[in-house]
Amino acid sequence: MIQINNISKSYNEIQALKGVSLKVEESELFGLIGPDGAGKTTLMRILTTLLVPDSGSATMDGLHIVKDFKKIRHIVGYMPGRFSLYQDLTVEENLNFFATVFGTTVEENYEMIRDIYYQIEPFKTRRAGKLSGGMKQKLALSCALIHKPKILVLDEPTTGVDAVSRKEFWEMLKRLQEKDITILVSTPYMDEADLCDRVALIQKGQILDVDTPRNITEKFPRKIIRVRSDDMYRLINDLRVNPKSESVFAFGQYVHFTGIDDDVETSELDMFLENKQHSNVVVEEIPAGIEDVFMSLMEQPIPTSLLKGS
Amino acid sequence: MDENQNRNESFPFGGNPSREREPIITVKNLVKKFGAFTANDNLNFEVYKGEIFGFLGANGAGKTTAIRILCGLSAPTFGEVKVAGFDIYRETEKIKKNIGYMSQKFSLYEDLTVSENIQLYAGIYGIQAKKRKEKEAELLYKLEMESARKKLIAGLPLGWKQKLAFSVAIIHEPKIVFLDEPTGGVDPVTRRKFWDLIYEAANNGITVFVTTHYMDEAEYCDRVSIMDAGKIEALDTPAKLKELYKAKNMDEVFIQIAR
Repeated sequence: MIQINNISKSYNEIQALKGVSLKVEESELFGLIGPDGAGKTTLMRILTTLLVPDSGSATMDGLHIVKDFKKIRHIVGYMPGRFSLYQDLTVEENLNFFATVFGTTVEENYEMIRDIYYQIEPFKTRRAGKLSGGMKQKLALSCALIHKPKILVLDEPTTGVDAVSRKEFWEMLKRLQEKDITILVSTPYMDEADLCDRVALIQKGQILDVDTPRNITEKFPRKIIRVRSDDMYRLINDLRVNPKSESVFAFGQYVHFTGIDDDVETSELDMFLENKQHSNVVVEEIPAGIEDVFMSLMEQPIPTSLLKGS
Repeated sequence: MDENQNRNESFPFGGNPSREREPIITVKNLVKKFGAFTANDNLNFEVYKGEIFGFLGANGAGKTTAIRILCGLSAPTFGEVKVAGFDIYRETEKIKKNIGYMSQKFSLYEDLTVSENIQLYAGIYGIQAKKRKEKEAELLYKLEMESARKKLIAGLPLGWKQKLAFSVAIIHEPKIVFLDEPTGGVDPVTRRKFWDLIYEAANNGITVFVTTHYMDEAEYCDRVSIMDAGKIEALDTPAKLKELYKAKNMDEVFIQIAR
């Protein structure tokens, strides 16, 4: 449904995308997972024909993103990261506006948005600018769907949204997928990766990996040990000075420890922490999560121009 | 909430367990109304010196309203609030001198350099001119950002901006620092490095009052309060809350309360 071949894009000296290639299947819920500045928005703007790539090409349902840009706009619904509706138009006016622009009416495609729109319909005479975050998000999604698109592109729809609204939003996406809509969604929340059929991990304009969330974590070769004690601050600092530690990061109520090699035994860490007078120590090997994999793939590159003393 | 029940527990993170639990923020019967709408509906809580206090809630639950009041930017409709020992109605200027504030949305001036931003904040927070240079050098060394001194903020990676924003928010060594969603949108490594700074500040005795939508970060707090529809529905250590709500993690606790 979406074919991306070797796309690059630069803004002055900053290379936002470096030869990105991807394929998204029909009716797939595909996630672009990566932090701010990874290139997610640039890629989405290119696919929605709002930007032209420097090199490479892409097709959306067989239509070329440069040559067929007008046709693509009719089959794609796009929800940008920043709230992009008219703040001083009411809920209803916004929806009618988007329907009219696409040469349709709200009545004609009401079926498409009913599930989502009925939740904000009681507020249809309220100005969009006066809606709460969760309601704005539902209105923006309704507006992106009102012309019955084949492909839905959502740029960080859940950023800054609370955990409950995030959960509800993903449930809505799952229901849309059942209507045979292909969905490309980006997010900085690693836990949302598990809700996608497949994901691309993206960082600094490059794809680090593409696979199902399950495969991504299962094929991860490194041993992850999670550790816990009563004094987390001291625990992190102590583990970091352990000569065999490579990375030590807090993960909720645990610390995830990766050794310089995978021969580090849990019993070793147990003893190490006992000697440091930690209490209620728990040390156990666990399977990696998406966030572990992502962090390991990142390796924290620092721009050389900003390096200390350079 | 029984305040005595945790008295003997040590803070798992930054707080100094040997110190007596001394309230640094006291909120009694706080009500804030906007016309007919009640944004804060009778809030009662205390934040202790040196702890990392997580202030959670769904969008629109009333968190921002409460934070604005605690920072002395907005007066309550009713109630008694003391921040760093000062009264919220009469001593807002004193409060402002004793707190730091950082949010994801507004922190640094993009078209000023790193150095200019540090100097500006140091000046605003009333640090004497001759001490400002010293403070700047110390801060840049700690953040390993000496080579970026003359760079514009606009060109820095987001993670660097956040570290710098946090550091300038505590440049005057305040008693309390308020962090409003400080980690939104950054990568998982940067996000954790940012928490390293939070722990360190707490370990140095600065009370940290933080809001976040990342539920794993709620686990890093000494105590967590969860707001829903203007009220505080729960307040305790993450461990106690999980026990109380029979939940595996804070995400489940939050969903039970806010859904």
